[in-house]
Amino acid sequence: MAENIMAHGADHAHDEHHHELPTIFGFWLYLMTDCIVFGTLFCVFAVMRNQFAGGPTGKELFDLQGVGLETAILLLSSITYGFGMISAHKGKSGPLLGWFAITFLLGLSFLGLEIREFSHMIAEGNGPDRSAFLSAFFTLVGTHGLHVTFGLIWMAVLMVQSAGKTVFSERLLNKLTMLSLFWHFLDIVWICVFTFVYLMSVI
Amino acid sequence: MLGKLSFAAIPYDVPILVGTFLGVAVAGLAVLGLVTYYGKWGYLWREWLTSVDHKRLGVMYIVLALVMLFRGFADAIMMRSQLALAYAGNPGYLPPHHYDQIFSAHGTIMIFFMAMAFMTGLFNIVVPLQIGARDVAFPFLNSLSFWMTTISAVLINVSLFIGEFSQCGWLAYPPLSESQFSPGVGVDYYIWAVQLSGVGTLLTGVNFFTTIVKMRAPGMTFMKMPIFTWTALTASVLIMVSFPVLTVALGLLGLDRYLGMHFFTNDGGGNQMLYLSLIWAWGHPEVYILILPAFGVFSEVTSTFSRKPLFGYNTMVYATCAIMVLSFLVWLHHFFTMGAGADVNAFFGIMTMIISIPTGVKIFNWLFTMYKGRVEFHATMYWTIGFIITFSIGGMTGVMMAIPAADFVLHNSLFLIAHFHNVIIGGVYFGYVAGMNFWFPKVFGFKLNEAWGKRAFWFWLVGFYFAFVPLYVLGFEGMTRRLNHYDNPAWHPWLLIAFGGALLIACGIVCQLMQIYVSIRDRALPENVDVTGDPWDARTLEWSTSSPPPFYNFAVVPHVHDLDAFAHDKEMGVDTRAAGSTYEQIHMPKNTAAGFFVGVFSLVLGFAAIWYIWWLAAIGLLGVIVTVIMRSADNDVDYYVPASEVARIENEHTRKIMAQAAE
Repeated sequence: MAENIMAHGADHAHDEHHHELPTIFGFWLYLMTDCIVFGTLFCVFAVMRNQFAGGPTGKELFDLQGVGLETAILLLSSITYGFGMISAHKGKSGPLLGWFAITFLLGLSFLGLEIREFSHMIAEGNGPDRSAFLSAFFTLVGTHGLHVTFGLIWMAVLMVQSAGKTVFSERLLNKLTMLSLFWHFLDIVWICVFTFVYLMSVI
Repeated sequence: MLGKLSFAAIPYDVPILVGTFLGVAVAGLAVLGLVTYYGKWGYLWREWLTSVDHKRLGVMYIVLALVMLFRGFADAIMMRSQLALAYAGNPGYLPPHHYDQIFSAHGTIMIFFMAMAFMTGLFNIVVPLQIGARDVAFPFLNSLSFWMTTISAVLINVSLFIGEFSQCGWLAYPPLSESQFSPGVGVDYYIWAVQLSGVGTLLTGVNFFTTIVKMRAPGMTFMKMPIFTWTALTASVLIMVSFPVLTVALGLLGLDRYLGMHFFTNDGGGNQMLYLSLIWAWGHPEVYILILPAFGVFSEVTSTFSRKPLFGYNTMVYATCAIMVLSFLVWLHHFFTMGAGADVNAFFGIMTMIISIPTGVKIFNWLFTMYKGRVEFHATMYWTIGFIITFSIGGMTGVMMAIPAADFVLHNSLFLIAHFHNVIIGGVYFGYVAGMNFWFPKVFGFKLNEAWGKRAFWFWLVGFYFAFVPLYVLGFEGMTRRLNHYDNPAWHPWLLIAFGGALLIACGIVCQLMQIYVSIRDRALPENVDVTGDPWDARTLEWSTSSPPPFYNFAVVPHVHDLDAFAHDKEMGVDTRAAGSTYEQIHMPKNTAAGFFVGVFSLVLGFAAIWYIWWLAAIGLLGVIVTVIMRSADNDVDYYVPASEVARIENEHTRKIMAQAAE
């Protein structure tokens, strides 16, 4: 949510000469703090990865095919978002909305797959309260999922704001750029999740 | 419908709380009544509550800090009086259930809502002016940060009258803080209050780092930046790196409590050591977040009132940065006794001792600034010299505890309590009060009363030694912290002396109130009014503009040629204000209520989540999201001040200066 908040009230109160710089710079800083949130959660997962408390291990629980599909979908959504940004810079809101709609649907299906995975595990009695390992797993992956959810809300808001625009104001372009950074950032985090959580648990 | 909330949660059977509630209610109604009587609601709302002006936000932060100081000090004097009484069979007047809430609230409030709010207030007032900027990089986020801090302070005080507060100490160590041992709402109040204020603090860190890096006046290279700005920069870095870790640590504790997870529980594979490492990976940088800006204040005060440039500016900057880095490498010294092993303990012990080197560099820089300077014994210099002595003692006891073998004796004893109050009162608090005395005329256009300021200093200084030196002795005598009552006759006299010290400190606080009252009463006296904007003949840019500064700070953005830009300009006869030049229109942000509403909805969310009122929590969360989306859709966020208006304000200031010069 903070990233939403970041988008506003940004580029006032300074000389006209360097308009866009502080906004994007500030957003980078916010992303780095978010990176520390994830870094801490990865540390927690590393500490907890063998604390099964008699419950199932990652190897028994994880379905790599489903996770592989999630990964492919999320990576693809970064590419489609990138195409959307190209349209924005050309000032074409039609193609932008198209690409963003695709990105949105890809993000939504990623979330759907994740929720399906979670609900299966909980239904079988392997929820986050089963063991410290599962607490760490659900929290790390769930925090990423929560970020994707807020990213989708943000994307919907920006689609409404971009609809019908022929000229993109600097403020709107800044917002699109920030969501772009955010979306790619979530991709990078996911690659770490895929590697350190899923692959290393299954090996 | 109302979750866990029922009438049983109202502590109407505890006289102290009922009395407090009546006091707060009467005072609150009196304030509201006065605002209504004078018809000031519109003014308050337009000019203050919705303001994005960093100077006004700074004032509101410091008001919040002072209110929280009274709350935190009320807790302190209750603890001291309890321990003065509760000896040899006398249970005192505070049962353990209540006493434990008091020491938990005292620590939480003093750090998060007194010290952090005071520090952020000083950042807000000083940093943009000191770097020649017209506002911070993100004025709306600044207002949002303030409201997140304020509603968290409200939330923590609501726990006095509805339900209870945490009884687990200011850092809520598990497993005690887990729902198995703390099933009530106290820990949830703690978690939500600290988490919500953490959002505000994190945004403050991002905001000020961006402001300092991107918005300095032309010519102000990093090595020409005033020291206070340097310390604000390093504190911002520490905030950005450490607060996310706090968020995660408390988030995981919350997940344990709300969703039955097993991060820090006794069963299910939980690990309490993990919590300690996480909380102190934030907690140790946090104490440097607080102390570095205080060092910045002392640097500005010392060089101004010694009429000299700061001795060793470069080493001061390097020492500040060294402390910033080292502060992340010492956290384990908070739990040497937990059995990490001799090698690990030795590493962290040595790293801790190394921090005293850059700190020592700073002490010598201040001493050498005064050496052969023409020192003016202004109240701020009193606080500074009191700090140098007191903080040095606190630093030395810190190095003592950095020896793991010694720490096995002193850990969790009153020696530790004495040590950290020694550095936090003698360092942080003295520094912020010096800062308030120093920059007060800049904000309000008149000086604070000197006599009452010096009285406040003497009471605080003497009171501090009477209150805390006995605790060092008690630590050596084996008294542990957080005791509710005791039967050791050797401790009793020392605890009586400590209580006397707390009373002296109370006199110090009364003197500070008197100082503010007398200063406002005498604000129009010619010797108190600051017409020029430079009452101390100071050295940095904030003193080049009027007092109070116009809302746009600088009509013409100053150009910086040297360290201590304003001193350089005065020496070379340059008019930093460029008065009478052709002014241009100025781009400024509009006030907005969005930050206020996000804060209020967050308060609803936090309160509802504490009491498991989920429908209300959903409304709160939705309110936050909708407010943010509406703010995002609002493109009418700024405006231009016409050049003629700038000229009018500037010429009026010039006229005042001329009139005074003519007298």
